[in-house]
Amino acid sequence: MTSVTASPSADTPAPPRRAGGRGAPLSSAALGLLGIVGFLVTWELVVRSGLVEERFLPTASTVLGELRSLAGTSDFWASVRETVTTWAIGLAISAAAGVALGLVIGQSRFLRRATNSTIEFLRPIPSVALIPLASLLYGTSMQSTLLLVLYASFWQVLIQVLYGVGDVDPVASDTARSYGLGWAARVRYLVWPSALPYVMTGLRLGAAVALILTITGELIIGGGGLGTAIALANSGGATAQMYALILMTGFIGVAINLVARLVERRALRWHVSVRREEVA
Amino acid sequence: MEGDSVTVQNASRDGVDAPVVLSVQGLQKIYTADSGDVEAVRDLTFELRQGELVCLVGPSGCGKTTLLRCIAGLLEPTAGTVLLDGAVVTAPPKKMAVVFQEYGRSLFAWMTVRQNVELPLKNAGMPKAERRKVVSTALHAVGLEHAETSYPWQLSGGMQQRVAIARAVAYEPEVLLMDEPFAAVDAQTRADLEDLIRRVWKDLGITVLFVTHDIDESVYLGERVLILSNSPTVVQEDLTIDLPAERDQLATRSMPRFTELRTHVYAEIQKAKRGSGADA
Amino acid sequence: MRILTRVAYVLGLPVVLVLLWWVLTIDSTNFFVPEPGELAATFVDTWIGPRFREDVLPSVARFTVGTLLAIVLGVAAGLLIGSVRWLRSLLEPMLEFFRALPPPVLVPVLMLLIGVDNRMKVLVIVFGAIWPVLLNTVEGVRAVDPVLVDTARTYGLTRLTRLRTLVLPSAAPQIAAGVRQALSIGLILMVISEMFASSSGLGFTIVVFQRSFAVVEMWSGIVLLGLIGVAVSIVFQACERRVLHWYYGQKEVQHGR
Repeated sequence: MTSVTASPSADTPAPPRRAGGRGAPLSSAALGLLGIVGFLVTWELVVRSGLVEERFLPTASTVLGELRSLAGTSDFWASVRETVTTWAIGLAISAAAGVALGLVIGQSRFLRRATNSTIEFLRPIPSVALIPLASLLYGTSMQSTLLLVLYASFWQVLIQVLYGVGDVDPVASDTARSYGLGWAARVRYLVWPSALPYVMTGLRLGAAVALILTITGELIIGGGGLGTAIALANSGGATAQMYALILMTGFIGVAINLVARLVERRALRWHVSVRREEVA
Repeated sequence: MEGDSVTVQNASRDGVDAPVVLSVQGLQKIYTADSGDVEAVRDLTFELRQGELVCLVGPSGCGKTTLLRCIAGLLEPTAGTVLLDGAVVTAPPKKMAVVFQEYGRSLFAWMTVRQNVELPLKNAGMPKAERRKVVSTALHAVGLEHAETSYPWQLSGGMQQRVAIARAVAYEPEVLLMDEPFAAVDAQTRADLEDLIRRVWKDLGITVLFVTHDIDESVYLGERVLILSNSPTVVQEDLTIDLPAERDQLATRSMPRFTELRTHVYAEIQKAKRGSGADA
Repeated sequence: MRILTRVAYVLGLPVVLVLLWWVLTIDSTNFFVPEPGELAATFVDTWIGPRFREDVLPSVARFTVGTLLAIVLGVAAGLLIGSVRWLRSLLEPMLEFFRALPPPVLVPVLMLLIGVDNRMKVLVIVFGAIWPVLLNTVEGVRAVDPVLVDTARTYGLTRLTRLRTLVLPSAAPQIAAGVRQALSIGLILMVISEMFASSSGLGFTIVVFQRSFAVVEMWSGIVLLGLIGVAVSIVFQACERRVLHWYYGQKEVQHGR
């Protein structure tokens, strides 16, 4: 391992003078797998050794077994579908609204200044504050949860789009104007691509928050979905089932994050490369 | 005033009978800021005849960029007018193209070289087949026909500025404005690009206004050099460069006349820095 | 004149909205929406008094303790994990899982493991809010400019000094972004841990109002939660500006304003 030609695509530059052999060079994927196995084994042992009572925390094997048998029931998949549907509808509406409003407000100095104080006031209001209102208005229907999801993820998207539109490079903007690009052409060729990294961040954050609020709504208000199933398992004393359902929400969360990052990377190929070049 | 006893021609005495394309009359720009008003440009008047290559040179911070942005219709002057073919410039005019110093920010990172050059034409509604031809010709003219599918950030600084020049040339402007376009590239690339500009100017017969802070560059490139005073800016001198039309990096720069002219410009700018220009 | 314009911009839209609300509710007998004056009066009656000490302060205290713990632990663990490469590879998948786990599901879990007391409510906040801080710290540490690291090494700065003067400040913008997320998760958890399992606190009280159809009181609770959210955000921004003034300064210069 001596004559290594430096390739610009190596994403983790080795620290100087430390590349030489030290310990067993496990790949990071193998180490990660080891971490997961280690976690499960620790969990199993903690319960088996009696450190934590099994009626409060079943062993890892019990919970995973429970998840497997749950996966054979249609009720389980109905809950998953309900949760994912609520999440998707909520995110789609708030993304569309956030992007549209963000593009309009962001490009007008007047609108930006006039809406700033209102946005800064409404945005930090925790959307769980709306739980009582939602259940008063819509009972335990899906709309209740949807209202929370919408409120929470809308601000994430809107704020990022506003940042993004504000971040359009003034020189690029002058260029577009000097070549006579009109409003629509500027949005299409300049503003939207410039803001896209921020839009993607907004969507990623919005997607994560939307899932949190979907589960919260289902857990507290009820009305179906994994959150409600968790609440039911909890009150019915089906502890293993509760943990299995919780694991499932975690898997959905991981899946959402992975998809979000994949979409982000695809949409921003040019952008990531720009950053890499700047670092190099 | 030692060694400044050189005969220089005032441009207005020059018997050029080409029509005036660009006319700047009594231009003034005052920026209003919270800390008080700043007069960046006081009273600028000059004319560009068709097919001229004029360099604007002045001490750093003398409002060159302000002036250029006013001419390009990107900035509204406080007083005075800019006339292009006799019509007052109020917005970026169709017959003008601008090449900015910050090529990295003026090129759209999310578009390939070809797409960057093509965008203004597409926006102007040029049919696809014609567009393709014009873009290819422009890229060929700057020697970038092999890089048209690359992204700007994959190219060196000099090549990026060539893309920006190709974009401006493809737009077929009557007047080409260049704002210190070579300030951020290395010396050798700079010499190449200077010759490229001379060639493009001659081949296409366009009018070029070239802003620079580099005295040698202004004398080497220009047919005429406008020397600006310190801010608040006025035209301190309008100097005809009576060097042979065929310029060569080595031969021209070693001519005694070249040295005389650059010494003269240098002395004028030193004078301007001391602030005597504004009272003239 | 300039100050007047600014005040107009800040207050314009809010005033218009409140007026609109007032005009729309003045004649209406809509059960769900109180008029502004009524709501303001109820807000004072409901929350200024013994309830403030018995319900509001304990909630806010739990939120503060929980989030601060989450931030401190998250930054410490993040610095460690971020600077030791094998540790990062070992733990990353698990951390990603915990980050992706919607924090509200921790409420029933910790209820089972610990019971329904203050400790549980604080721990829920810690467990839920720690992940964005931790992972952002790891990310920030990883992204420290290698040129800066080399500079620090050539000047012979020790590991600890490097951590304090180089790694922590350059990871700070990332950490701040994590803290912002942690704060909003902390608020969510404060409210729902009380809604789910409590007999006091802000979340509990608001749910009681809702269940007893005390609509105006319920609205006043929503307003109070909103005000707390806004206050938290203001405090955070003030701290962020102080700690990260160099970062914003540099950014402004880079963007040529």
